[in-house]
Amino acid sequence: MIIEQLVTSWIASAAFGLIFNVPKKLLSHCGIVGMIGWIIYVLLVKGRVDSVFATFAAAFFVAVLSQLLARVYKTPMTIFSVSGIIPLVPGGLAYEAMRHVVMNDYNMAIQFAAKAFMISGAIAIGIVFAEVANQIVKIRIS
Amino acid sequence: MERTNEVADVCLLAGKIMLQSGAETYRVEDTMMRIAASFGMPHSHSYVTPTGIIFSIDGLGPTKLIRIAERSTDLQKVALVNGISRKISEGALELEEAYEMLKKLEKEHLAYPISVQVAAAAVASGCFVIMFQGRWIDFWPAFISGGIGFYGLHYMHRLVKIKFFAEFFASFLAGVVAVLLVAVGLGRSLDNIIIGSVMPLVPGMLITNAVRDLMAGHLVAGLSKGAEAFLTAFAIGTGIAVILAMY
Repeated sequence: MIIEQLVTSWIASAAFGLIFNVPKKLLSHCGIVGMIGWIIYVLLVKGRVDSVFATFAAAFFVAVLSQLLARVYKTPMTIFSVSGIIPLVPGGLAYEAMRHVVMNDYNMAIQFAAKAFMISGAIAIGIVFAEVANQIVKIRIS
Repeated sequence: MERTNEVADVCLLAGKIMLQSGAETYRVEDTMMRIAASFGMPHSHSYVTPTGIIFSIDGLGPTKLIRIAERSTDLQKVALVNGISRKISEGALELEEAYEMLKKLEKEHLAYPISVQVAAAAVASGCFVIMFQGRWIDFWPAFISGGIGFYGLHYMHRLVKIKFFAEFFASFLAGVVAVLLVAVGLGRSLDNIIIGSVMPLVPGMLITNAVRDLMAGHLVAGLSKGAEAFLTAFAIGTGIAVILAMY
């Protein structure tokens, strides 16, 4: 079960790296960043943590990991972070919201949309916190 | 005076390539000012938005402006320009050399062939079905509809230059294929197949860049990228909604 998730998330993230034309030798790194982010999310949700916080934690780790790798390989951080962030995007919730809009069930639609909005916000906050952590570390080193 | 102009040209070319390839706005500004500083012009100003660059070297020469009409995602080019700018900062590149290298890079076509990209999108779609707790029986249907949807995006974008219509069309196409595959009996869960196959269309690049630009204080760029991401998401949703309304 977990192995299935590990393998598919690695492949999906590396495939996204390919779509965004990440340099060939860094594709597997993209996969690993995406895999770690996704596994954090899956394990937290399985441990009955709210999906908003799980998304936040996963996005935070994806961004921190990307910053570390960016420093090691001296390349822009975006190369590693994009493919890690994409699996966290609440595609399923947005889909459910759309489905209920089409069925004229606006009450449910708004609930799903609100949740999707919260999760998108959690991704943003995760990236922001990673940025803050990065700057604090930078100040301490110099 | 002559030299100021040349330095400005190198900076603008580097900035243009980066912005066209999907770099964050703050990185573009940072790179241009670093290059100018390493060629002995420490006081330069740049103002970058997703659709244009204004660059000026203090008190010397005219202010220059470049309009960016077409943007795509090509992270390899961003990395390569980054590498060139690093070399310039270390003093390893002369002005003319740097200009030549950037000129060459601008013309180069580094993206993977479209067939490889479609295959990657197809594989990613299939994998997303499994990641979202779907069953393996839905892997191949999502593989097919995701691949066709992504190809539709590419094809439509070449035909009409309206990005949002291309995205709408792509998700619509993916939805049609998914409905057909389920009707034929190849797939079980229509929901999972559709969700998986539209994931390659998700504006992940725009979301991360919008947040990071807002953080760096680039309010105009951050907000406009956020709006672009929102419009893309809306286009995808509309495509799916049309399918679901008809089905």
